[in-house]
Amino acid sequence: MAHTIHVDVVSAEEAIYSGEAEFVVLPGEEGELGIYPKHTSLITRIKPGTVRIKPADGAEEQLIFVAGGILEVQPNVVTVLADTAIRGHDLDEAKALEAHKLAQENLANRSGKMEYAEALAELAQAAAQIAAIRKLRQRK
Amino acid sequence: MAGSREIKTKIKSVQNTRKITKAMEMVAASKMRKAQERTRSARPYADKIRNVAAHLSHANPEYRHPYLVTRDTVKRVGIIVVTADKGLCGGLNTNILRMALAKMREWESQGESFEVCCIGNKGLGFMQRLGANVVSQVVGMGDKPHMEKLIGALKIMLDGYIEDRFDRLEIFYTRFINTMKQEPVMEQLLPLSGEKLGAPEGSWDYIYEPDAKSVLDQTLTRYIEALIFQAVTENMASEQSARMVAMKAASDNAGNVIDELTLIYNKTRQAGITKELSEIVAGAAAV
Repeated sequence: MAHTIHVDVVSAEEAIYSGEAEFVVLPGEEGELGIYPKHTSLITRIKPGTVRIKPADGAEEQLIFVAGGILEVQPNVVTVLADTAIRGHDLDEAKALEAHKLAQENLANRSGKMEYAEALAELAQAAAQIAAIRKLRQRK
Repeated sequence: MAGSREIKTKIKSVQNTRKITKAMEMVAASKMRKAQERTRSARPYADKIRNVAAHLSHANPEYRHPYLVTRDTVKRVGIIVVTADKGLCGGLNTNILRMALAKMREWESQGESFEVCCIGNKGLGFMQRLGANVVSQVVGMGDKPHMEKLIGALKIMLDGYIEDRFDRLEIFYTRFINTMKQEPVMEQLLPLSGEKLGAPEGSWDYIYEPDAKSVLDQTLTRYIEALIFQAVTENMASEQSARMVAMKAASDNAGNVIDELTLIYNKTRQAGITKELSEIVAGAAAV
């Protein structure tokens, strides 16, 4: 175990890879990074690219595509916090604009200000329906 | 026989309803398992990123990211409401919306105003009828939530906080406890409290590439996104299990109704036969 390093690749949606490795290559923001066991603690952003993992048991090299993210290195653990989608300032901006436009369109075709009473009545009605159904069920 | 044909049609229709609710129950059950699994698999990322964020914010006390700064006066509040896209899941959406409504009322009485981000169709419809200021929305997420769909809407909310459009960001969603129990909750996302991040282990520091500030910026943003993503997956697991329970109840009820109707049908049929018989006997006696 002395000459291996634990590698975890996780994304917000799932755990992608976990295992012991001899050597890992990652696409760091400042350039390609090769990590051997006992590397000093390091944290950096990574670019979209391929993570190459050489497993400790001599199995075939693992290639994992990551769409960017954050890399954390500790002497015996490497953690890749991968993004699930390709992110970039402009891309994010475009998505935000799109979401905003949708909301604006919806905003345009409605009227009045906050109508709490109406909304409350609506909720009360729904709640009453549920309560009624529950009661009905109990009676059976 | 008067009535018996109507009863028969009614029985048929209830049977058809039961078929549908049964099918929905089974679909929800299998989707629920997957949704729960997804909630679990989202956890390691959130844990890990929280550790890193905690470490970074402690290691760099001179740099205070806006997410970590609590503002003195709160005038505007950003709200993210997570609901299901579809109904037929018991009181799930009603409960969370009722909670959001009560809180909004309370805040409005304190002179605060809102910007709302709706994730899920039901919440969106409700907020629009309420006349709330909906600045972004995500609908039609399907059964598997994807970060990609959320990014745009979330960026509007995170930018809103950075740009001082609001001073606090809250999220409403339904927490999944177990199949029978789901709970509407409200959580404060921004500003991030130091306690929520927790203290880091050890006093060593990282090498930063390119520098601490930019890494911290990205890490904190990803952390907030991970929290929201987790809320969405939990909400989805809650939705499926609430639907499963509601549909099971509906199927059971349909069974009861069918039993009752069958009893009535048999009674009227028997009554009809008895009547006919007595008529024949009476007729024979008269002859």
